[in-house]
Amino acid sequence: MKKTYKIEVDCANCALKMEDAAKKTDGVTDAAINFMTQKMVVEFEDGTDVDAVMKTVLKSCKRVESDCEIYF
Amino acid sequence: MTKKQKKMLWRILAATALLILLSLLPIKGPLRFVLFLIPYLVIGYDILIKAGRGILNRQIFDENFLMAIATVGAMIIGAVHSGDYVEAIAVMLFYQVGELFQSYAVGKSRKSISALMDIRPDYANIEKEGALIRLPPDEVEIGTVITVQPGEKIPLDGIVVEGTSSLNTSALTGESLPRDVGMGDEVHSGCINISGVLKLRSTKEFGESTASKILDLVENASSRKSETEAFITRFAKIYTPAVCISALALALLPPLVSLFFLETSARWSIWLYRALTFLVASCPCALVISIPLTFFAGIGGASKEGILVKGSNFLEALSQTDCVVMDKTGTLTQGSFEVTKIHCESLSEEALLELAALAEIASSHPIAQSLQRAYGAPLDRNRVSRVEEIGGGGVLATVDAGRVAVGNEKLMIQIGVPCSTCQQTGTVIHIAVENEYAGYILISDELKPTSFKAISELKKAGVKQTVMLTGDTKAVAEQVADTLGIATVYSELLPQDKVDRVEALLSKKPTKAKLAFVGDGINDAPVLSRADIGIAMGAMGSDAAIEAADVVLMDDDPLKISKAIKIARKCLWIVHQNIVFAISVKILSLVLVAFGAAGMWLAIFADVGVMILAVLNAIRALFVKKL
Repeated sequence: MKKTYKIEVDCANCALKMEDAAKKTDGVTDAAINFMTQKMVVEFEDGTDVDAVMKTVLKSCKRVESDCEIYF
Repeated sequence: MTKKQKKMLWRILAATALLILLSLLPIKGPLRFVLFLIPYLVIGYDILIKAGRGILNRQIFDENFLMAIATVGAMIIGAVHSGDYVEAIAVMLFYQVGELFQSYAVGKSRKSISALMDIRPDYANIEKEGALIRLPPDEVEIGTVITVQPGEKIPLDGIVVEGTSSLNTSALTGESLPRDVGMGDEVHSGCINISGVLKLRSTKEFGESTASKILDLVENASSRKSETEAFITRFAKIYTPAVCISALALALLPPLVSLFFLETSARWSIWLYRALTFLVASCPCALVISIPLTFFAGIGGASKEGILVKGSNFLEALSQTDCVVMDKTGTLTQGSFEVTKIHCESLSEEALLELAALAEIASSHPIAQSLQRAYGAPLDRNRVSRVEEIGGGGVLATVDAGRVAVGNEKLMIQIGVPCSTCQQTGTVIHIAVENEYAGYILISDELKPTSFKAISELKKAGVKQTVMLTGDTKAVAEQVADTLGIATVYSELLPQDKVDRVEALLSKKPTKAKLAFVGDGINDAPVLSRADIGIAMGAMGSDAAIEAADVVLMDDDPLKISKAIKIARKCLWIVHQNIVFAISVKILSLVLVAFGAAGMWLAIFADVGVMILAVLNAIRALFVKKL
């Protein structure tokens, strides 16, 4: 399942770091950040609790870039 | 400016003012330190907090950490030795100015590109109890009658039920000539109504309508990363640890060498300072930002011209296009067949045309339609009976009690009627009545007015090979190819043969060069997806074509093919400029820092400067009108 989220991040390098962090989160098969449109596309494993996974994604993103925001 | 940016601007101004004021005051000792701490904290408190958080999260060596270490170090050196706090504060100030400028410039260009692509309608006018009310377009149901006033965007796809007007479709197609519409015409959302009031019945929901589809496509385009972008990601992965190790070496090796081998003093503080500066200078931001921004601008500029590119990877592939394979019908020719000659043996021209049109009345084949169009007058279906289709040949039908055969030479041979040959190229339709030859009708497909120019522009753009594929006869195909200057032609192909041909061409070409196939997107879906880049044209309103292709030309002008390639080439050229520029300046500044020729100020200045130049350069990809 794929979902798109609006995000807020200031620098392109940080977006790369966030993408990396999101990819490593359990329950996420793939993640891509589009810095230009400030959007994040997350692909979840089947049967995962999307909200719970997104909370972890946000947490791991905040860890690499404390200034970021994901709206879900 | 956003709120965040405004706040930063105030902080920068306040810190600058304080810094100037304090450096004029003749205060010494601990009080001086405390006073200078104020502007330092004003400008740098968030960096210090972020650095602290980074350490807690085990994210050492991010920019914040480096800035914090470097400036705190400089403050301490100031307090212990020199009493000079200006450098620490100035470095922080410079860094923040750079960050602010970066976020402003990037935000600004992001917005201006998005604004260019802004075809999203804001509201739909619905008439209720005699008054017009504005509804958000996504709340309008299918079948609702919407009023569109002059100057407004058409909010939803629909059919005109009242009024006539002309539409500006340039946001969708890049075509500047307005299009006239009237009752019964289909209109697409995103077009701008120029002259009259239109009432239309919506045929699609907002999410399914043309404007939303296109926006979706363009906005998601930059998510498909090109090889160049993937290279940057890989580069950053190697670059960061390499820089960290180099910095460590810079801090440790020279002092140790001078301590043990040269037996001079180690001068730890100098090398530590250089190592820190080295780290501060190392941020690869210019590189990381300018590449996706360039692709984004290129895709935005292309979409302004009615060329939708579905991803950065396709833009990149397009720039490497070396061979363009084109379908004939609908791509280079109008795709609408016209009767160009009638040759009669016995009947009058009109009677012959009428017979042919009547016999073909049940067929939906383009040839049958062009016969009916050429005849013009309404046809009486009751005059036709016992229609028999002969696959690959034509039709047998009884018209007014006479048995009529309409079809190609094969059919005539089959029924044993000798027929005359036609010298001109085109599709020849022979007609026989009661097994007696009556004459033939010549139907040919006209070239598009821009086809010739399109081919020569392709060659000028550096495309080495142009190939035409067609299901049409050899004679027709060769004539078209000759007129247009296309070297290679494959004719009399079935749809499956087209795939085989493209595969053969694909296997022959060098791996770096890319092959593009251009078709009308309706019958060509398998070939479109097989080619390196599938280009569908004339796709406005056709979801199937948009789905199947990698690059979509909204109108059916073949000139757009070379334009798309030129846009892609320009975009990639800028990308390469930026890569070379950013990497070389970065390496230069790292070397200068390592040898102590540049301080922290200069390092930050170089970083911000490169970034701004790279961003400005990236924006150039947006300007494609004159290509």
